[in-house]
Amino acid sequence: MLQYTIRRLLLIIPTMFFVALITFALAHSAPGSPFEKNENRPLPQATIDRLNRLYNIDKPMPEQFVLFLGNAIRLDFGPSLTHDRAVTDIIGQGFPVSAQLGVQALLLSLAIALPLGVVSALKQNTVIDYGSLFFATVGYTIPSFVIAIFAIYIFAVNLRMLPIIGWGDIRHMILPTVILALGPAAVLTRITRASMLEAIRQDYVRTARSKGLREQVVIVTHVMKNAMIPVATIVGPVTAGLITGSFIIEQLFSVPGVGRLYVTSILGRDYPVIMATTLLYAFLIMIANITVDIVYGILDPRIKVGK
Amino acid sequence: MATITTSAAQQRSIEANLLTRKQRSLWQDAWWRLRRNKAAMLGLGIIALTAFLAIFAQVIAPYDPTAQDTKANNMDPFWVNSIYHSSKYVLGSDELGRDILSRLIWSTRISLIVGLVPTAIVFSIGVTLGLVAGYVGGWLDNLLMRFTDIIYAFPDLLFVIIIMATLRSTWLGDLMGGLVLIFVALAVVNWVGLARLVRGQVLSLKEKEFIEAARATGVPTKRILIRHLFPNALAPVIVSLAFAIPGAMLAESVLSFLGIGIRPPTATWGVMINEGFTVFSQSPWPVLLPAVCISIVMLAFTFLGDGLRDALDPRMKI
Repeated sequence: MLQYTIRRLLLIIPTMFFVALITFALAHSAPGSPFEKNENRPLPQATIDRLNRLYNIDKPMPEQFVLFLGNAIRLDFGPSLTHDRAVTDIIGQGFPVSAQLGVQALLLSLAIALPLGVVSALKQNTVIDYGSLFFATVGYTIPSFVIAIFAIYIFAVNLRMLPIIGWGDIRHMILPTVILALGPAAVLTRITRASMLEAIRQDYVRTARSKGLREQVVIVTHVMKNAMIPVATIVGPVTAGLITGSFIIEQLFSVPGVGRLYVTSILGRDYPVIMATTLLYAFLIMIANITVDIVYGILDPRIKVGK
Repeated sequence: MATITTSAAQQRSIEANLLTRKQRSLWQDAWWRLRRNKAAMLGLGIIALTAFLAIFAQVIAPYDPTAQDTKANNMDPFWVNSIYHSSKYVLGSDELGRDILSRLIWSTRISLIVGLVPTAIVFSIGVTLGLVAGYVGGWLDNLLMRFTDIIYAFPDLLFVIIIMATLRSTWLGDLMGGLVLIFVALAVVNWVGLARLVRGQVLSLKEKEFIEAARATGVPTKRILIRHLFPNALAPVIVSLAFAIPGAMLAESVLSFLGIGIRPPTATWGVMINEGFTVFSQSPWPVLLPAVCISIVMLAFTFLGDGLRDALDPRMKI
């Protein structure tokens, strides 16, 4: 187990290297310098040269990449090209906002999905079951930015109950959190239900019942405990989904997090910010996946993760 | 236990029945199961209608989707109780006075192309590499697995967005108003998942007796791959493609909505939402109507995909 964990953690290094290489190559394949944006008021050539020198853009590509890597290891991504601040600073400011939004959404989705999935499995083929399946299908199918559009129309434009944009007090957080949570909640409900149904039919459950355990004990200690294992594994991909979902939601609701920063840096071709945010996202997703795999191994000793 | 022993006459009739009953292949069986699934059939119907609209957009759409009517912009759809109506535009017009109905109809064409072309590329690359890597193994398999590890560290959409954003102003990004770049981006990101799926299938299939038998009787590797492994690995591939098509359509919408997808004035649902969003609170319909269209098409594909999965592989869950 320990060996497996160490190996997985070490594998982060080459993976991050290739993620950096791919992003770097793509970002630098875009034609033109980032300083030639305004066609009506072109910068003098001397200024462009100086800026290129300042940002190391005049050096050959491999050298630039090595310089970039050397700095990135020390978490120094240089200054942003559009904001007059260090990239690390900007991300450091946005990250707590995104993390708060993400954690809130994850907790909310678990709070919706687990009870809903368990109840609908226990009451299979009843109105409750069909209702939760309907919720799961709709939440899983309709993309979050479309749901966000409907929600903004109903709650902000028509009913004028909630503000559309901004971040600060709790009224700002309701719509983004709920909408971000819907997709993961739907996926988790489907998994929980299916895995509960699978567990209920196992022989050890029949054994537990036949030896006269109370139904509550059977459900909680025998069915639910085993049914949660597949649910735990899906939390990794769900977290990844929350991260990608967040930049559309943050953009829509003008939440000042890393997601919106990512979108604006893409639109403004702010390469240092693009590089740093991409690496951050890739790192978070790898950590989420590794954590889940390890937890999976602990939850279910039959799984030989080391192989 | 007299009930168990069947009489000779009964036995004969059972045998006769077995002989006369038409043999059904796996695919006929699956189709029969799919046809009994009402939601899947509804989904298929909606998809067929969308395809019909896409193919005959030129004939069906009442107006040119990019023609601007400056005298009748921001008209409301017919059911809205306001003074801004135009008898010409049933679903109203947008800020530039373009007919929303025509734009919605023309959008189906882009959606369909974006759904089908990258998926076809993903299918051919993913299946070929998955089959070979799974069956032959060795360095190719190792390379594939390491490569997929890297791609998996990127969230799909993140990778697509980076490709779109960085290559948008190159010659590739200009081809067909950004359409070709979307094909490339989606294909690059998505073939990996399919290759991994096919590889997994092949790994479990190649230990089965029928493959061993084929190998023992001297069937060439290429023929084993195409005639024996491919058809047996096809069912989960079809299911995954049924979800890949709407996935690609959705990616186009998200990219166009963010402003890095299809270039305006081409009509797509994502572009329509992007253009209408700035004046959303004053005139919501240019945004709401394409949002409704996306929802309907996505639901249709989920119904069909779920139905296909149930029909093709009853063991698969969720």
